[in-house]
Amino acid sequence: MDTPTTYFHWGFILISTPNLLVIAGMVVLFAIALVTPFPHAEADDDGRRN
Amino acid sequence: MAVATSVEGAGSSQPESASWTLKLREAIDRHLPMDHLLPDRQPYYVGSWVYVFGVVTIAALVWVVVSGVVLTFMGPQWWHVSGVGRFFNSLHFWSVQLFFIFMVLHLWGQYFMAGWRHGRAATWMIGVVIFGVSVLTAFTGYLSQQNFDAQFIAINAKDAMNGAGIGAFFNVLNFGQMYGLHVMLLPIGVTALVVAHIVMVRTRGVVKPIDAEGGAQS
Repeated sequence: MDTPTTYFHWGFILISTPNLLVIAGMVVLFAIALVTPFPHAEADDDGRRN
Repeated sequence: MAVATSVEGAGSSQPESASWTLKLREAIDRHLPMDHLLPDRQPYYVGSWVYVFGVVTIAALVWVVVSGVVLTFMGPQWWHVSGVGRFFNSLHFWSVQLFFIFMVLHLWGQYFMAGWRHGRAATWMIGVVIFGVSVLTAFTGYLSQQNFDAQFIAINAKDAMNGAGIGAFFNVLNFGQMYGLHVMLLPIGVTALVVAHIVMVRTRGVVKPIDAEGGAQS
C-alpha cells in the first residue's frame, strides 16, 4: 500500500495504473449502458413510454 | 408589486398588468408548467441506460452534500480520529469519486448525442461550467483535509496559482479561505447551477436522437 504505483508511458502520455483502470472501467460501463436493454422501454402509440 | 388603491380595483380579481409578480408568475406558467417539471412519461428514446448517468450524478451530489454537512458540523478532530468520523470522511470522498465518474459518463453521452441541439446550447454550457466549478470544489476539498496530504498539495499548488497570476486572490496556503470556499461558496454555486441545469432540461425536454430526425441538424 505504501509503495509508489506504476506508470504507463506512451510518448507524451503518462498515466498511473489506478487512473488508467478507472478510465478503462468508465469506458466499459459506457459500452454496457449502450448495449444493455432498458426495462419497460416499449413505447405507446404516441411514441411515449410510461 | 402594484397595490390596488381604488374601490373597484380592491374588489377586482384581475391584478394590474404592471405587477412584476404577475409577469413572473405568467412567465413561469408559460415556460415551466408542472407537467414539464415533474413528468410521468418520457419519449421512447429515453429508454436507455445512457440517460441514467445524469440522475446517478445528482444522487451522488446529494450524498456529497449530506456527508459534507455532517463533516462540517463535527470537525477534523472527529473525521480523523473516530470510527464514525472516518466512515463519513470516506463517504464524502467516495461519493465525490462517483459524482465525477458519472458526470463524465453523462458528458460522454451528451457529447455523442450532440445534446446542445435545438436551443439547448445554454444547457450544455451550464454543464461545462458545473464541471469546472466542481473541479475547483474538489481541489479546495483536498486542501481542507487538515492532514499532511493537504499541506503537500497546498505547497506544490501555490506555484501554479502564482504562475497563473491568481495567487493573490486564490491563496492555497490560506486554509481559512480554502475551507470557506469549499464548505460554503462553491457548494452553493454547484448546487444552484445543477438546479438551473435540471430546470433547463425539463423546460425543453430531452434532445431527440440524431437518427430520429434524419441526420444531425443544428
